[in-house]
Amino acid sequence: MTARRKLSEVAKTIRSKNAGVDKITFDVIFPDRAAYDRVRESAVLSRAAVCRIFAIDAEQISDHVEFDPALAIKFTIYRRMPSGSPGDADIFGSQQYGPLLDIEVPGV
Amino acid sequence: MPVSIQHGRSANHTLRIVCPNGHLGFAPIKTGSFQIGCHCEPDLICADSGSCDVGPVPLGADISSSPLQWQVDDLETMLLASRRLGVPMIVGSAGDTGTNSRVDLFVGIIRDLANKHGLSRFRVGYFYSEVSKDALRRRIVDRDTVMGLDGRPPLDLATLDATERIVAVAGIHPYIKLLNEGADVIIGGRSSDCAIFAAPAIRQGFPKALAYFYGKVLECASFCAEPYGAKESVLGEITIDDVKVTALLPEQRCTIASVAGHAMYERANPFYEYFLGGHIDMSQCHYEQYDERTVRVTGPRYVPASELRVKLEGAGKIGERYVGIVGVRDPYTIANIDLVTAWARRQVVERFGDGGYELHFTIYGRNAILGDNEPLRTTPAHELGIVVQGVAPTKAMAEEVCIIATRQMFYARLPQVKGTAGSVAFLLDEVMPASPAYRWTLNHTMRLDDPLELFPTFICEAGV
Repeated sequence: MTARRKLSEVAKTIRSKNAGVDKITFDVIFPDRAAYDRVRESAVLSRAAVCRIFAIDAEQISDHVEFDPALAIKFTIYRRMPSGSPGDADIFGSQQYGPLLDIEVPGV
Repeated sequence: MPVSIQHGRSANHTLRIVCPNGHLGFAPIKTGSFQIGCHCEPDLICADSGSCDVGPVPLGADISSSPLQWQVDDLETMLLASRRLGVPMIVGSAGDTGTNSRVDLFVGIIRDLANKHGLSRFRVGYFYSEVSKDALRRRIVDRDTVMGLDGRPPLDLATLDATERIVAVAGIHPYIKLLNEGADVIIGGRSSDCAIFAAPAIRQGFPKALAYFYGKVLECASFCAEPYGAKESVLGEITIDDVKVTALLPEQRCTIASVAGHAMYERANPFYEYFLGGHIDMSQCHYEQYDERTVRVTGPRYVPASELRVKLEGAGKIGERYVGIVGVRDPYTIANIDLVTAWARRQVVERFGDGGYELHFTIYGRNAILGDNEPLRTTPAHELGIVVQGVAPTKAMAEEVCIIATRQMFYARLPQVKGTAGSVAFLLDEVMPASPAYRWTLNHTMRLDDPLELFPTFICEAGV
């Protein structure tokens, strides 16, 4: 069981969006319980993994939850600057999820 | 399975709302599913029209981010249906920001539309949400702390002075007051999205927990349905026991996954929704498929706030802004792009010194969108597009900051470069005026004694 697939193949939805003006929230939603459980257990989206992927400190994650009703892993990070400040190139926070797509998920 | 709620009420005592658009005016209502909704016995037609997602410029400059014609078209669609069916219509956070000028704009549009269509007289209720800087200054002086949200420090006088305009986010209270005064159409200033839907439900005695959840699930219209397709109408129904939501576009359905998935959209945490007066806890919500296209939800809890605190949004102007666009194809220049921008910045410093302006290089093809969070920032693409922004107190200075930085990239001095006729490629040999630069100065909360104290309400008449 060493087969690996990309998160983009395993998840149904991978998105990011502003949560207010100072945070960006990420939703990774799975098509079924098995995929949801496997990614949770693999820890490829754990707090520590999120810190590694985005090169941020743990304090920059405001929330990290597993949301069973939606079969979703959800985490929220503080923005580098408030949305729409000069220099911010993603006013809606809607393209921050890019680095998640190619995460390798073991054993699926 | 039960008959779809689309074809009839599921209980004796219900309140049914059609929501045609999650951000009225921002992109046009799809009218097909809305007309289906109008045949589903709605008791109200409600839509939110605002968001802080559009950035600080519209609030700071007191403009809409939506084109006027789209606002008129959406209001016309809702108004004609509302008057024809004889049910109230509610629009919250008018004109993207919910400032006083946007409320006046929407009230004016409603009155013009009423005349244009010769509608019988009806009552238009509206309320304002702006907060004066003087009111906040008094709070600071009186040490009645204006607390920061999301890690921001308490509001200080310097930040307040740097602020252009502030709105407070209303709860259900002005909507209920205006409904009690017989308003047929309500145009709200800035308010919580869920309040627009919760207010009529709470006014009619439905449980607060369900009513606020009802607002939460309906406020983005078809974002709670699948497959993805925005700006389609959805129908909600609240009873004393549950909330139901159904997709109206024949190609869409509300599913447990889509409705639960929407519960977490645009919020830091999927379990809590905050508004003036309290929050709902959705951690014990139960979702079930009621009919093929309808989801039934039970189990949200309402938690009243121990202290009444209202959210404030404020934007302040940084300066006038010009934008330049630069391309790079030489791999050596791409590898040393930070030296190129540093060179350009030095030329600006030589002219204007270190401060009194802002200069930003946004490097598409490397890390424009994620900045320092970009894992691939060390492996840029084979060509780069660089957007240069100059921000300064006057247009003339902003233009000069921007054009120095843009043009000097052309003359950047890299030791090994082969191409000595110009280090970058120009799309335009000019820089362009852009909207002034603003920033969010307030994301705070302020204590209130009365949930209506910042939100004066008014009634006027429209029609013939």
